[in-house]
Amino acid sequence: MSVSELDHALLAEEEEKSLEAREFGFWVYLMTDAIIFALLFATYVVMVDNIAAGPAGKAVFDINHAAIETALLLLSSLTFGVATIALGEGRPQRVVLWLLVSLALGLGFLAMEVMEFAGMIAEGASPQESGFLSAFFTLVGTHGLHVTFGSIGILVMIGQVMTKGLTKPVASRLTRLGLFWHFLDIVWIGIFSVVYLPSVM
Amino acid sequence: MLGRLTLEALPLYSWVAFGGAAVTVAGGLGALVLVTYLRAWKVLWSEWLTSVDHKRIGIMYVIIALIMLVRGFVDALMMRAQQAIAVNGEGYLPPEHFDQIFSSHGTIMIFFVAMPFLTGLINIVVPQQIGARDVAFPFLNSVSLWMTASGAGLVLISLVLGKFSQAGWTGYPPLSGAEYGPGVGVDYWLWALLVSGVGTTMTGINFIVTIVKNRCPGMIYMRMPLFTWTALCVSILIAFAFPALTVVAILLELDRVLAFHFFTNCCGGNMMMFPNLLWIWGHPEVYILILPAFGIYSEVVATFSRKRLFGYASLVYATAVIALLSFTVWLHHFFTMGSSANVNAVFGIATMIIAVPTGVKIFDWLFTMYRGRIEFHTSMLFTIGFIVTFVIGGVTGVLLALPPADYLMHNSTFLVAHFHNMLIPGALFGYFAGMNYWFPKAFGFKLDTKWGVRSFWFWIVGFYLAFMPLYLLGFLGMSRRMEHYDNPAFQPYLIVAALGAISILIGIGCIAMQFYVSFKNRVALVDATGDPWNGRTLEWATASPPAAYNFATVPEVKEIDSFYAAKQRHEAYRKPDGYEDIVMPKSTPLGLVLGGLSFVLGFAVVWYIWWLAALAFVASLAVVAVRACDDDSDYVLPAAEVEAIETARLAKIASADLHDVSDPVTSAGGVPLPGRA
Repeated sequence: MSVSELDHALLAEEEEKSLEAREFGFWVYLMTDAIIFALLFATYVVMVDNIAAGPAGKAVFDINHAAIETALLLLSSLTFGVATIALGEGRPQRVVLWLLVSLALGLGFLAMEVMEFAGMIAEGASPQESGFLSAFFTLVGTHGLHVTFGSIGILVMIGQVMTKGLTKPVASRLTRLGLFWHFLDIVWIGIFSVVYLPSVM
Repeated sequence: MLGRLTLEALPLYSWVAFGGAAVTVAGGLGALVLVTYLRAWKVLWSEWLTSVDHKRIGIMYVIIALIMLVRGFVDALMMRAQQAIAVNGEGYLPPEHFDQIFSSHGTIMIFFVAMPFLTGLINIVVPQQIGARDVAFPFLNSVSLWMTASGAGLVLISLVLGKFSQAGWTGYPPLSGAEYGPGVGVDYWLWALLVSGVGTTMTGINFIVTIVKNRCPGMIYMRMPLFTWTALCVSILIAFAFPALTVVAILLELDRVLAFHFFTNCCGGNMMMFPNLLWIWGHPEVYILILPAFGIYSEVVATFSRKRLFGYASLVYATAVIALLSFTVWLHHFFTMGSSANVNAVFGIATMIIAVPTGVKIFDWLFTMYRGRIEFHTSMLFTIGFIVTFVIGGVTGVLLALPPADYLMHNSTFLVAHFHNMLIPGALFGYFAGMNYWFPKAFGFKLDTKWGVRSFWFWIVGFYLAFMPLYLLGFLGMSRRMEHYDNPAFQPYLIVAALGAISILIGIGCIAMQFYVSFKNRVALVDATGDPWNGRTLEWATASPPAAYNFATVPEVKEIDSFYAAKQRHEAYRKPDGYEDIVMPKSTPLGLVLGGLSFVLGFAVVWYIWWLAALAFVASLAVVAVRACDDDSDYVLPAAEVEAIETARLAKIASADLHDVSDPVTSAGGVPLPGRA
């Protein structure tokens, strides 16, 4: 059965409504994710002094390292914003370019985080050492896992923009991915303030 | 290769355990044989397993709930039998097996009976009540269903391979930690919770968006049927509360598998964090289970009293207030943990305050019945049984909310009696009422009343026999979860409780008979109009069973109980001027695939089969990525086909008896009554 032009119009109209619902739904999803982080933060704050025989935060955190991580992640949020502007202008090549830059910055962040974790574990500050370190690795690691999923999302979206162009569904997915990416920034600012900053105060 | 999965995982340690495994395997094989015998594989696959239709998904949820109800009830029966004879160490169950049984009973009844039952009813009914053609995210809905099924599958397979948790359904560490709870049991429990919990979270998101975005024109919030209101509040509760369950389950699993120290007894662990995190989910969960039942009672009581619901606005506000307060009382589950007197007092008072909006609701239902033309339909019996019984449970709840009293009754059978007194009438009776009420909507024929009434009487008599003795035993000082006891004074009460369990068993048998008899008499019980009870809300405006699109033309709503008003204006069955093409979501197997992969992931981690876990995880990501690239998930149902379906339906209605909608209450006396303003 061939799809008539009328059907196309109808499908497009329904698609519009459905994309709007998806954006709202994505906000609700982000809220549920925010609760996961809120509870991990609460757990961290409760356990931050439970260092048992292991090291305290002051001994293992490197504020400069964390500052560079912060810079990378915030910059990637900015470049994703530039990609969103290019999306508004309808320029697929620029979208892909800025997505690639965001991806590179995100991967840079992840690499630094892996280095930090590996370094800590090598120094004997593994999550098995104390309640404090368990809470630290879980909170920061959950954020890192989210950045990993976001990076996979960026890869998938680069593929979609290159093969499909900036169609409405693609644009909508890109907007939602952007929300996710900026959300991770906000969470990271919380991590920087609650986890790393107190170690130099 | 297979991690810690060896032949020793088979349940050869006792004949009871072996019997349970054999029944489970036989049940599974029996289902496969039956489907093959009926040559139903193709229909099953294309019409059900891959369906994204909210009504089909809802029916499948309820089927899961009923199957698991039988499983969970067998656990209950075994516990009652054990305790009835276990004075001075007699009994047929060894402690480690008894502990598995009470753990799986609680887990199954909460997560795999109550949750799928209410989710199923919401799925079937809510889109129709708001005049929508589908939920906001039909595919997500299918994923949620299959993740719930996977969780149930993990609980079931724990009977056959390995053991289930022995740490109770709340699984407090350190008992559930790696040191005191080795083996796979707690891991099974955690992954069943994790997998089904994520599915439930997505259901919550789905129905928030559905109710906010998909209401038909004119369906403003204060015209929504009460069941939809409770579904909205419940969805919001799910979205706020279930992430806490995900967090607490992951933290405990990290403790167990990777030797972290969140809740351990040493190394800076803080085991008091566990009850806090668990009950931040757990108390809202109580209202997640009960509020939909309140919604059902509100619908049933209005329909079968032939009156508009008394105090609609107060019921809405009471629902919202309960939802809000449910987040402020979690600490009353562990007053004895040793918080300061002031902290306990605050939570005790907050707990008592919840009784106020609940009391408002009880009075609203009573005033709805007052001077109504009550029809004692099965649903109505469950509603009345609920009102009487639930008040008793509420009173014992207020008693437990007093921290000093709680210190005496904590972890006694008084507590067990209390929460069963809330959840059986407050949730399960509601779901049964909803099942009897909406069954014709889902299947096109009514349920047999005779067997329905019988099921009600056996359930309610069984309930009182089973749980009133437990209140008394609590006062006598009996702790919950006792495999045996040495006080012979307990035994007579426990024998009465066992008799109650047998009465409930007969009640379940009556429900099975009800299905069988109704199916046999389905021609006589047919619902030709789509409105078997002279209903008031929009779900009765569709056909029974509804067409895939529910409404050929999207209705317009001008008031509360809009379908009833439309019937009075003789507009309810008017043929529209024309039909339109309708966009519908395509069926897809990906929901089933994702559910299956989550089962494999959970199973693999439980048994430390790391390569399989990694494989399932990567495969899930790949499936999500594939779906995220799909731009062609809808199809168009042409207007001509819609017209054919609708013309046939209207012809059927024309030859059927329609309800008399002249208002019986007004015509009887003409006196203005409560709730009629």
